[in-house]
Amino acid sequence: MVDKVLTANRLGDGIAVWLNAAGEWSESLQEALVARHAEAVATIEEIGRKSYADNEVVDVNVVDVQEVNGILRPLRLRERIRAEGPTIEYAAGYTAADAEFIAA
Amino acid sequence: MYRYDEFDHAFVSERVEQFRDQVTRRLAGELSEDAFKPLRLMNGVYLQLHAYMLRVAIPYGTLSSRQMRMLAHIARKYDRGYGHFTTRQNIQYNWPKLSETPDILSELASVEMHAIQTSGNCIRNVTADHFAGAAADEVADPRPYAEILRQWSSVHPEFSFLPRKFKIAVTGAERDRAAIQVHDIGLHLKKNEAGELGFAVYVGGGQGRTPMIAKKIRDFLPEADLLSYTTAIVRVYNLHGRRDNKYKARIKILVHETGVEELTREIEAEFAELRNTELKLPEADIQAIASYFALPEMPDRAEGWSQLAQWKKADEDFARWVQQNVQPHKHPDYGMVTISLKPIGGIPGDASDAQMEAVADIAAEYAFDEIRVSHEQNLILPHVALADLEPVYRALVAAGLATANAGLITDIIACPGLDYCALANARSIPVAQEISSRFGDPIRQAEIGELKIKISGCINACGHHHVGHIGLLGVEKKGAELYQITLGGSGDENTSIGEIIGRGFEPEKVTDAIETIVDTYLGLRLDPSETFLSAYRRVGPQPFKDALYGSAAEAA
Repeated sequence: MVDKVLTANRLGDGIAVWLNAAGEWSESLQEALVARHAEAVATIEEIGRKSYADNEVVDVNVVDVQEVNGILRPLRLRERIRAEGPTIEYAAGYTAADAEFIAA
Repeated sequence: MYRYDEFDHAFVSERVEQFRDQVTRRLAGELSEDAFKPLRLMNGVYLQLHAYMLRVAIPYGTLSSRQMRMLAHIARKYDRGYGHFTTRQNIQYNWPKLSETPDILSELASVEMHAIQTSGNCIRNVTADHFAGAAADEVADPRPYAEILRQWSSVHPEFSFLPRKFKIAVTGAERDRAAIQVHDIGLHLKKNEAGELGFAVYVGGGQGRTPMIAKKIRDFLPEADLLSYTTAIVRVYNLHGRRDNKYKARIKILVHETGVEELTREIEAEFAELRNTELKLPEADIQAIASYFALPEMPDRAEGWSQLAQWKKADEDFARWVQQNVQPHKHPDYGMVTISLKPIGGIPGDASDAQMEAVADIAAEYAFDEIRVSHEQNLILPHVALADLEPVYRALVAAGLATANAGLITDIIACPGLDYCALANARSIPVAQEISSRFGDPIRQAEIGELKIKISGCINACGHHHVGHIGLLGVEKKGAELYQITLGGSGDENTSIGEIIGRGFEPEKVTDAIETIVDTYLGLRLDPSETFLSAYRRVGPQPFKDALYGSAAEAA
């Protein structure tokens, strides 16, 4: 089975977040709880449904990831960009996403 | 400029407070996401990949300095110090907090702006020629009619839940700078033989997954009938447009499936019922609205001609900028200035808060306080005396806004793409940046001449790739980005949809492919006056296909 993490956007500010092992929403994919079997996936999905119903987050999704050298990396480009931010220098004080992480 | 009356002020203020209450209830958990989502969309608030996005309406792309300063303030206070000007002459902020959007809308209302109908299945921001009111080739200013349409369509009870979104564009010149033939309704303001004003009416154009060129269903509609005829069109669409499939819900599909003759018959029948009702526009009302758009008092400034000649002689960069970014104004002592938001290697359409402030200052000092946003994602100062061009240029240079590339190969339209957009399949901005950097040399750009590249990161075509002389469509193939190239598109009075040239290119190969296309054009054009589009229309796709795919290894 492909490893999976739970992601969403925080209701109040829309920032992309990932569910961590403490059951909290973290702004870092690297802190995400990785579900490695079907029961674990079902559990994080249930947590996602509850958090959505409790109006903490919106747009809740399970996404496929791969762990390479201790780094979690979503399989889809879309999710890598969500995790790292825009791949361009878009504003003063904000850096572009790491090109190596983004690359297919 | 149009100024809000008491009704407008009250309406927008009430709407802000209504939305504040909705946001408060949502954050308190009293409203579910399912209930709230349509409400936030009605107020321009989307959810993107990284955060919410707020799209603010700029009716027909016209702004005052005061309004531009407010846009800068919002970028600074509520966002990350920049905004993105869009292909519907609007501005988008990419990082607003939902909890702060009522405050943003309240601040916008203080300068007569809002975000109403920038999303949803309603009549969207009416767009117009960005040179409206100033262009030497104009029959009449289209903006009064765009404003009349704005007032009529704002929270129109019959048209707030259409089968799909609905876009109207108006132009007042033979040269179409508003891309009216790829709109749901395109209006071409013109005069008949008797010298009366009216419109050629086009219906059923659009881009997206099914690009179609609009059909002309009326050669001359008297101006007094604008609202009754538009109502007839939208009513017929609202009744018969498909609601079973969102991809087939636009009026272009209805026109295509019903046939233009039958649909015109239905529209005309509806119009016959509506023509002599309260929708008929009294001449006095048209004049009252038109008075808001009167040209500013523009004194003769004939001294500018000799000054301009001297300045151009003394400064090659300035001369190049004037040549490329200044167009003739209807007053001979003035020009229309395009402020490029396409710095070489930069992000198309983005402006920092400091740049917005700079534009506001320049407009206040030299341009009668008026600014436009073009659908090509640039800013315009429509009325600048030739005698003031040099100081305007110096101020733009200081703000990093003096790129001399209007209409050239680096003046690229690009949607936000996968760097921001939840719908995108591929990135647009990095592709635009690489092409811009490759062709950034001013001598090379000038040699290539007029060439419009337009890039979309998905089939929804927000980057207008279908009407790019060279269009790029980003798709996802086997989990990776791939760019399909179309050639020969155009969004002007001779609108055409670009033809797919062949297999797509991977991100690292797409700029080389563009260079191959450009080199092929340079090699086959009759002379430098033959533009890329003219040459393509003369020779067709084959020479470009041969150049691109002669070696199979070049294509993905």
